[in-house]
Amino acid sequence: MRAWPGLAAIWSQRRIPLAWLLLTRQPARLAVALAGISFAGILMFMQFGFRDGLFDASVTVHKLFDADLVLLSPRSSSSVSMAGFPRRRLVQTLADPDVAGITPVHWNLVIWRNPKDLSTRSILALGFEPGDPLFTDPGLTPKARVLNQRGRVLFDELSRPEFGPVAEWFRAGRTVESEIGGKRVRVGGLVALGVSFGADGNILTSSETYLQLLPNTPTGSIEVGLIRLRPGADPALVMKRLKDSLPKDVNVFTKQGFMDFEKDYWRSSTAIGFIFTLGAAMGFIVGCVIVYQILYSDVSDHLPEYATLMAMGYRLSTLLGVVAREGLLLALLGYLPAYAAGQGLYALVRSATRLPVYMDMPRAVLVFSLILVMCMGSAGMAMRRLGDADPAEIF
Amino acid sequence: MVEVEGLCHWYGAGEMRRQVLQQVSLTIQPGEVVLLTGPSGCGKTTLLTLVGALRQVQQGQVRVLGQHLNDSSRKQRQQLRRRIGMIFQGHNLLRCLSAEQNVQMGSDLLPNLSYRARRDQAREWLRAVGLGDHLDKLPHGLSGGQKQRVAIARALAAHPRLLLADEPTAALDKQSGREVVDLLKRLAREQHCAVLMVTHDPRILDVADRLVQMEDGRLMAARVPEPEPAA
Repeated sequence: MRAWPGLAAIWSQRRIPLAWLLLTRQPARLAVALAGISFAGILMFMQFGFRDGLFDASVTVHKLFDADLVLLSPRSSSSVSMAGFPRRRLVQTLADPDVAGITPVHWNLVIWRNPKDLSTRSILALGFEPGDPLFTDPGLTPKARVLNQRGRVLFDELSRPEFGPVAEWFRAGRTVESEIGGKRVRVGGLVALGVSFGADGNILTSSETYLQLLPNTPTGSIEVGLIRLRPGADPALVMKRLKDSLPKDVNVFTKQGFMDFEKDYWRSSTAIGFIFTLGAAMGFIVGCVIVYQILYSDVSDHLPEYATLMAMGYRLSTLLGVVAREGLLLALLGYLPAYAAGQGLYALVRSATRLPVYMDMPRAVLVFSLILVMCMGSAGMAMRRLGDADPAEIF
Repeated sequence: MVEVEGLCHWYGAGEMRRQVLQQVSLTIQPGEVVLLTGPSGCGKTTLLTLVGALRQVQQGQVRVLGQHLNDSSRKQRQQLRRRIGMIFQGHNLLRCLSAEQNVQMGSDLLPNLSYRARRDQAREWLRAVGLGDHLDKLPHGLSGGQKQRVAIARALAAHPRLLLADEPTAALDKQSGREVVDLLKRLAREQHCAVLMVTHDPRILDVADRLVQMEDGRLMAARVPEPEPAA
């Protein structure tokens, strides 16, 4: 204290911590308030976590592509409903001087048979020429060589366990074989991509194998065209040129635009974003009601005491400050358990769903702000009750 | 100290308007102990709240501690109340605070004192009222007389020049009521603090320097109390 005379002066000016004592001398009421606030906080953490996790997870695979621009069919609406377009449109883009390379990609959901219990489940299959660059991660190229043999697939080891213990068996040296659409495939290697809301698992194959697995694919049709530009080229400019020169049977996106397109689908075309935001709003409202109830009855119960303080010469603003501090304390004390429980539940969600749900700073701050607004708003409402404290009435 | 001249007060409005004080005049000298008695509903408490700056004066002159209360603002009355000690019928202690903290709510009103100094004063006052062993007790752990003594300590802790008390013995038995008023009188004397006490407890009338009778909103003749006949 001696080192900071200013602080010591403030410390010596302190008053009885009335707000703290009002709360802590009624432990049962405080526990109810904190449980309510924490519950609201946890609800908001979960809902926001699911919502953001969904949007982030919907582009798990999109993020990996080695592309500056992406061609899609205008009939494609999302990763779970991809339509084909003529492959020669992708080839045509090579006429642009800034286009350095292209990779045609087949993309569809196929039915995978679990090699252990023989159940089936839909999995995302990507087909490409094994020599072509597909992902920015250079580790794929050596692994892709095995795909030159027919009927080989690379299995995503981050796929959900429902697809079978493929990765374990493969690592143990076993030959892992399964069926896709009734056709036998063999796992030739493992990759790590990650699941999304649209796809619970992923496999990579060569174009040749892909066309065998999906014989109904029209000749010369692909679902995704990756375009790489020369260093220094402006993707937005090239995108505009390509849009002008290509027929209207393809759409051109930047890589970011491709991801936004996918996120927008989940955000707007489905009710998921709305549902989770609504869920968070419910948590907020429930919290507001609980805190308001607690603070209102707290002020009501102590009304004669507040009136006594006013009769003693305390300012109304001092008493309003006491209620405001009660709100602030409730927000702080209620947030901490909500934050801790949020961390735990996120870990649970990650292990159960493999969704990328993390406690990031913006969300931690957002939920704290909402709890603060909740508590201070309720305190503000409860303060109106203080206006009823008439010191003349206590005699 | 207190000068009241021609004070009238009404409650209600329109047809329901009822006069509770009629041309009340009263002067209290520094250090004087004045007891105000009379039947219930005669306007004693109203007079007390007007002198205590808890109500707006309607008609007449009220001057308390040198300040005119006619047309006073909320702020002025709140500032004045800091210099007036009040003791209530119920003890009106804060339930969540210990005896020491309750008294410190009084000394916290004093400006420019450190926390430690205010706390030490609070303890000093509690010792003065004979509760030095009960500093950390909450109000519900104290008897009625003890609570009222804490309330006295709290009222005096703000160094008031005037002490207003409304039936401080109403909830107490004869013996503890006696102790409380004796204590009140002794401490007020030591502080040169004037006291205006409303009571209709006949057992304590003898503590007064002056007795004022009130009836139907009017003050009757003041008289000096006879000493209590020795039992």
